[in-house]
Amino acid sequence: MHTVNEKTLEKLKILAGAAKYDVSCASSGTTRGNSRSQLGTTSGWGICHSFTSDGRCVSLLKILLTNHCIYDCAYCANRRSNDVKRTAFTADELAQLTIEFYRRNYVEGLFLSSGVMRNPDYTMEQMLRVVKTLREVYRFNGYIHMKSIPGASRELVVKAGMYADRMSVNLEIPSEANLKLLAPEKDFESVFAPMRYIQQGMLESAEDRKKFRHAPSFVPAGQSTQMIIGATNDTDKQILTLASALYKRPSFKRVYYSGYIPVNTNDSRLPVLATPPLVRENRLYQADWLMRFYDFKADEIVDDTHPDLDLDVDPKLGWALRHPEFFPVDVNEAPYEIILRVPGIGVKSAKLIVASRKFGRLSSSQLKKMGVVMKRAQYFIVCRELSMQTVNELTPQYVRRKVTQKQTKAAADLLQYSIDWGE
Amino acid sequence: MTLFIYDHTFDGILSCIFYAYEHKTFPDAILSDADQRPLFIDEWHHIETDEKKSQRVWTALERKLSKSAQNMVLLVWLSELPETEMLLFGYFRKIIDNQHGFEMNFGDSDVLRVKEIAWKVNGEAEKIRQFVRFQKTKDGIFFAPISAQYNVLALVAPHFRSRYPDQPWIIYDTARNFGLYYDTHSLQEVTFSLQDLKSFKSRKLENEKLSETEIYYQDLWKEYFETIAIKERFNPKLQRQHMPKRFWKYLTEMQ
Repeated sequence: MHTVNEKTLEKLKILAGAAKYDVSCASSGTTRGNSRSQLGTTSGWGICHSFTSDGRCVSLLKILLTNHCIYDCAYCANRRSNDVKRTAFTADELAQLTIEFYRRNYVEGLFLSSGVMRNPDYTMEQMLRVVKTLREVYRFNGYIHMKSIPGASRELVVKAGMYADRMSVNLEIPSEANLKLLAPEKDFESVFAPMRYIQQGMLESAEDRKKFRHAPSFVPAGQSTQMIIGATNDTDKQILTLASALYKRPSFKRVYYSGYIPVNTNDSRLPVLATPPLVRENRLYQADWLMRFYDFKADEIVDDTHPDLDLDVDPKLGWALRHPEFFPVDVNEAPYEIILRVPGIGVKSAKLIVASRKFGRLSSSQLKKMGVVMKRAQYFIVCRELSMQTVNELTPQYVRRKVTQKQTKAAADLLQYSIDWGE
Repeated sequence: MTLFIYDHTFDGILSCIFYAYEHKTFPDAILSDADQRPLFIDEWHHIETDEKKSQRVWTALERKLSKSAQNMVLLVWLSELPETEMLLFGYFRKIIDNQHGFEMNFGDSDVLRVKEIAWKVNGEAEKIRQFVRFQKTKDGIFFAPISAQYNVLALVAPHFRSRYPDQPWIIYDTARNFGLYYDTHSLQEVTFSLQDLKSFKSRKLENEKLSETEIYYQDLWKEYFETIAIKERFNPKLQRQHMPKRFWKYLTEMQ
């Protein structure tokens, strides 16, 4: 059965090229072993199998089923008014391609998205055929991330959820007014409705499994979404407040932020940007990280006086400089959550500190060995010997100057968080 | 300077501990027969590996170490770093001489170092799980050469075994000249002749050894890999940071 053929290469080029602006590539969130009759496993943290020349993780075969589309969204390369070559995979062709990539350890599985053919439901049905073939014909037990098409019916979303590990619906534009401006055929409801279906499906499946241990699991790795950054005038406060509201839903695992890259140059509704806003995107990931792992609230990171993130300092340091009264923190006494608030101390080193200090008071050289970045932390802590020169004596302005001097080089080649880890 | 000579096995290190406590003599260095001896040795002891004694030491350690700390000790052993013997010896002494729970004292340099090395070895195993690239051969075996920094082959084998239960594979560590062969039922160690090894070191198998469609899938993968990079975000430094250059020679997409 060789449905993969010469034409596949060209389709791959077109349909992978059109899918690449979706940031998410995570294969994380679910651990599933294997029985001998199937092919594949999933591992909880996800596995990145390669990194492209832009430094992004390649974990899944991320691809569109087709780039035909009935919509005309301003920010999208596949909009119907664009004169690009259109093509589509057959279900078996794409399933076989996934399997062959998987067997060579190129990928963790498939990330299937699509342009909208005819109508949302028709598109979902075609996508379902691919994942069904993978799971039922090829007995594929690896990772499947499936996009839910905005506007698709509840029945089809629920069906898809039985095959997929993760589902996502992209918000793309952080405010409804701007979404309507750029994607006239969409509104927030067309995005939030499938999000609700996914959530309901997950909750029902969790209930079922309380009763029947072997009830099928529904989207075990939860859902995610993506927002485009810098295509509209939405502030970081709007973005992070929205993200924080999404994270309150039990099904939500990740919000991705994608610095806007102009793919359509002739649209006056969109800004002209020389380079994508990568620093801002990075700061948003850091802020997102603080909300998920450091117990920060969105309104601690951004507020009405500071609606946008500071591009010169990371949001944790930014918060610390606005709150000198919180410091210094005595690392030998303070509880874990308080230590986590110190700039330069991460989850790993905070845990090491709390475990070790009962054996004796920790000194700055010990902290350094444990991975504390003393260049930043020194202004905010007391340990065995350090204490004189904290942010209170030196003033936040001075510390800010000191730290940003040291950071200029680091900021120049700002790195995107390796975002697929640590869910 | 006091020197212990041992047989370069994990049981051997445990036997060193037994000997040291029995004779109240503690080494400044632990070497195997093959290692070069340092100058100015005052005394040296040849430590016989005795499984009964090493078992007694391990049982004592098991009582004081959590499962995860026991695992870390094993990872340190697999690092094969020159400091391994003395680090483990020092660590075991501290664990034996202190109360239960000393493994959490990361203010202690040995305890912290054991954790650091264990992280590194785990990290290397993870890199291998990420960057193994199988090539399908004519006889249907999926072959992947690797060159691991630490001896992690045994750590990664279970992952590939459960992932591909119906797929025969060989993962071969060219740095240590041994590999594991999974025949869809069991795992066994394999060693190739030096001549064969030479040809694996040149990254790719010769075309006549590959299955008919192998090159085609490699081309598809390379095309995919090229296509999905976003040129406006070009950042080769970040790429190297996540995917160090030393792995590139066996990565299909980097050829």
